[in-house]
Amino acid sequence: MTDSKLHKLILGDTQANRVVPPTGFTAQLTLFVAGAMGFLAVFALALSMASGRLADRWASELARAATLRINAPAEQRVAQTEAALEILRQTPGVATARALSGEEQAALLAPWFGSSLPAGSLPLPQLIEVTADDPGYDPAGLRLRLQAEVPGAVLDDHTRWREPLVDAARSLRRLAWVSILLIGGATAAMITLAANAALAANAQVIEVLRLVGALDSYIAQAFIRRFTLRALTGAAAGVVLGMIGVWLMPEASDEGGFLTGLGFQGWGWLVPLLIPPLGALVAFAATTRAATKRLGELS
Amino acid sequence: MIELENVGYNYGGGELLDAVSVQLAPGSFHFLTGPSGAGKTTLLKLCYGALTPTSGRVRAFNMDVHGLDRDQMAYLRRRVGVVHQDCRFLDHLPVIENIALPLLVSGRELGHEEANLHELLNWVGLSERAHALPPELSGGERQRAALARSVILSPDVIIADEPTGNVDWEMSQRLLQLLVELNRMGKTILVATHDLSLIRAAKNQVQARVLRISNRQLQLAGADL
Repeated sequence: MTDSKLHKLILGDTQANRVVPPTGFTAQLTLFVAGAMGFLAVFALALSMASGRLADRWASELARAATLRINAPAEQRVAQTEAALEILRQTPGVATARALSGEEQAALLAPWFGSSLPAGSLPLPQLIEVTADDPGYDPAGLRLRLQAEVPGAVLDDHTRWREPLVDAARSLRRLAWVSILLIGGATAAMITLAANAALAANAQVIEVLRLVGALDSYIAQAFIRRFTLRALTGAAAGVVLGMIGVWLMPEASDEGGFLTGLGFQGWGWLVPLLIPPLGALVAFAATTRAATKRLGELS
Repeated sequence: MIELENVGYNYGGGELLDAVSVQLAPGSFHFLTGPSGAGKTTLLKLCYGALTPTSGRVRAFNMDVHGLDRDQMAYLRRRVGVVHQDCRFLDHLPVIENIALPLLVSGRELGHEEANLHELLNWVGLSERAHALPPELSGGERQRAALARSVILSPDVIIADEPTGNVDWEMSQRLLQLLVELNRMGKTILVATHDLSLIRAAKNQVQARVLRISNRQLQLAGADL
C-alpha cells in the first residue's frame, strides 16, 4: 500500500465517504459493541496481568523463604536451635537464618488466639526463618543433615501449599488470555455481521457504483474505513472507561489480599492502550474479508 | 469499437438470441428496435459486458469481454457510457454529485473538472436542478441526468436503453438532439427503442442505421420505416 493510499484510508476522502449513505442506528450499535468489548478487554487484561504478577511473586518470594520448626522438649530446645542455626550457617545457598523471638512468635499467633495469650508458658516449637540465596540450597540434602543432627527439626519450604497457589494464579492468567481472545473473536464476528448487513442494505449503491466503473477496491474501501473507524472509536471509549474503572479500584494491600491487587502497575498502564488499535485491526480484517466475499458474489 | 460475433444467449428457458453478429464502427449511430421482450436490453447488456454470451464472442476495444476480470470490467465501464432504462442514482446525493460520480470513482480530481461539469449540466438543461435529489426529478430530468452521467468521462461509446421510454415527445426530441450532438462529436451511439417516430426523426439529422431483432436474429432494417 502506497503512502497516499494509506493516508486516504486513515484520513479518508470525504467525497468518497459520502458515496455510501450514512447509517445512524447500525453505526451506533457497532460503536456500542466495540466500546463494550474494549471495556471487557481492559478487565481481562487487568486480571491477566495481576494474576501473572501474583504467580510470579508467589513462585519467587515463597521459593526463597522457608521455615525450620524445632519440636523439642523445653530443656533441649535452646541447644537444638543453636545446633540447627549452626548447620544453616554452614549450608551453601542459605542467605540468612534467624530464630524468631518469643514476641514474634506470639505475634504470629495473635490473629488466632488474641494478644493476651501467655505464649511463654506454652510448649511452642521454636521457629527459624530461612532465606535462600540465589542459587538456593538443596532442601533434600539439608533435611537429611538436620535429621541426623537435630532430630526435632522439620524444614518446611512451603512447596506443599505454594504449588497449588501458583497453579491457581497461572490458570487464572490463562483464563484471562482466553477471554481476551474470545473478545477479539466476538468483535470480529460482530463486525462481519454488521458489515454484511451494511453491504446488503447498500446493494443498490454498490450496483450504481459498479455501473459507473468503480473498482471493487474503491467500493470496499468506503465500508472498510467506516467499520474500522467505528471499532477504533468505540474501543477507545470503552478502554478509557475500563481504565477509569480499574484506576478507581482500591490499592493493593495486605488486608485486601489478592483482589485489591487487580490492576495495572507502572508501564502496565500503557498496555490497554493497544486495545483500540488492535480492535480496529480486527474490524479492518473482518470488513475486508466480508466486502471482498460479498463483492465477488455480485455480477 | 464493439463487435459481436455469432453471439447466442439463453436465459435457461430457451434461446433469446441466436447467431447475432454486428459491428459498431467508431462514430456510427445505431438504433436497436424490436418488439417488447425480443431481447433488446439483453443485447445491450452483452455489448457492455453485464451479461456473458452463452455462445459466440463479444469484443470491446479489441478485448474479449469474456476474459475480463472484475477490475478490467470496471475499466471497460468507464469507456462505455450506459443510460439505463430505469436510471439508478445514489438517492442521498444531489444530482450534480451523481453526475460527477464516474469522475469520483475513477479518482479524477473534481476541482479540475468543475467547469466541464457545469457546462455538461447546462447542456442537458439541469443547471437549475443541480442540487435536487434524484427522487425529486421528473422522468425526463432523470433521463437527462443519466445521459450526463454516462458521458462525463468522455467515453467512446454511448449505449442507451429506451432513453425516451417514459418522457413526452418534446423531451424525447431533446434527448435525441443530445445523442445526435454526441454522435457529431465522434461518439459511437447505440440506442434501443421501440419508438419508430423517434427513429424517423433521427434519420433527418444523422446517418443512423437501424437494427431489428426478430425471431432471435438481428437484421438490418430497410429504409421503409
